[in-house]
Amino acid sequence: MIHAKDIHENSPWTKMTQGGEIYEPATSLLFNTGDWRTQTPVFLEKKCKQCLLCVPYCPDSAIPVKDGKRGEFDLMHCKGCGICITACPFDAIVWKEDA
Amino acid sequence: MAHLDRLSGNEAVAVAMRQIDPDVMGAFPITPSTEIPQYFAQYVADGLVNTELVTVESEHSSMSVCMGAAAAGGRAISATSSAGLALMYETLYVAASCRMPIVLAVSTRALSGPININNDHSDAMGARDSGWIQIYAENNQEVYDNYVQAFPIAETENVRLPVMICQDGFITSHAVENIELLEDAEVKSFVGTYEPKHYLLNPDEPLAVGPYDVTHYYMEHKRQQAEAMRNARAAILAQAERFEALTGRKYGFFEAYKMDDAELALVLMGSTAGTAKAAVDMLRAEGRKVGLVKIRVFRPFPMEELAEALKNCRAVAVMDKSEGFSACGGPLFAETRSALYDLETRPKAINIVYGLGGRDVAVDDVRALYDRLADIAATGETGPVYSHIGVREEA
Repeated sequence: MIHAKDIHENSPWTKMTQGGEIYEPATSLLFNTGDWRTQTPVFLEKKCKQCLLCVPYCPDSAIPVKDGKRGEFDLMHCKGCGICITACPFDAIVWKEDA
Repeated sequence: MAHLDRLSGNEAVAVAMRQIDPDVMGAFPITPSTEIPQYFAQYVADGLVNTELVTVESEHSSMSVCMGAAAAGGRAISATSSAGLALMYETLYVAASCRMPIVLAVSTRALSGPININNDHSDAMGARDSGWIQIYAENNQEVYDNYVQAFPIAETENVRLPVMICQDGFITSHAVENIELLEDAEVKSFVGTYEPKHYLLNPDEPLAVGPYDVTHYYMEHKRQQAEAMRNARAAILAQAERFEALTGRKYGFFEAYKMDDAELALVLMGSTAGTAKAAVDMLRAEGRKVGLVKIRVFRPFPMEELAEALKNCRAVAVMDKSEGFSACGGPLFAETRSALYDLETRPKAINIVYGLGGRDVAVDDVRALYDRLADIAATGETGPVYSHIGVREEA
């Protein structure tokens, strides 16, 4: 069995899975896809009421929740789509100014 | 115990499908393969198979259904022709690169335009580089036999490639011939139970199929496909051997007909082989050393074996039932002449494009080709390398 973590840009073709199949879950955690982002959201914790509406709206599961409260964005996976900014009823998420 | 029946080529394929009892069929009708899903839908309605028949809105979708089923871990089938195969074009490549052992029955037909529904090989030849194994039949018995062998080839662990089982649209798909059928249990036993190593419906192994393949990985996966196609050679011969043990009918990459001492030979695929064999028999009766190579497996192409079969010939005519529009010959000619290049001494070779859009070829047409080859052998002058027969010329 060849695992995703063992496949990299120097892997020979004989050490890769047939058809690029991936035999385990959550391998996206290994990849920094946050660098696709051109704009970055900023979490304003003081304005946040912890309604958690932003969490299910995020298409990339980039808003971690712990003990019933959301935390800082997972910027390794956030694509900067801004859906959370629209979804937030309390203006607790804004675009980063210099991004 | 085998038994005799009389079936059209399409029905023969449908019977093989029923005997295999695959999990899913993606079905969309197109002439001349329409009878295949038609017969099969009846088997489904009659409860003779457990197959999920998914009727869809296009061939792009029927092949996509097959891919979904194959990814889930099922055996998947479809049937098509001509424009339907063309509409599958994108998905054919995906099925092959995802290494899905799907079996597609193709009743070959001309591609438009000009619009035409009759037989030639231009549809299948258009898919020749898609990464599918391609096996061609001369008659109804062969297309049935090839179909029964398809899944074991496709599912071979170091192959895992989809297979196209091709027959000549109308000529064999609609002609009724006597045919020797295996018993259902014999087919089921020959094909066996499909046990994929990895499949989406396995709750113990989350699986991703067909992920995006960036530049750093794409070429490695193509190299794997190339290796799988090489591995298919042994798998095709292994299944032919098993099939011969079961039926006594012998198959290989091609059939060499009266080639042992042949000085002049034709190379062709499909139903015209029957016509050409009649011509060979007549010429042999006149004492002429002529033979015929009927290609069965076009992908992978049996390059070394074909060169070996032709090495003692003085002149060879390769007959293409499709126009490659290379302006210098059709696809079978390109492969065959390439095979001959590695010989120390090689026969003269010409290309004949014939039979397009259902244009008939008769025994006399084939005899005339052997006469032309005899002239080439006698004079050493090849003459025009690339030409068409059966086409009207100015008087």
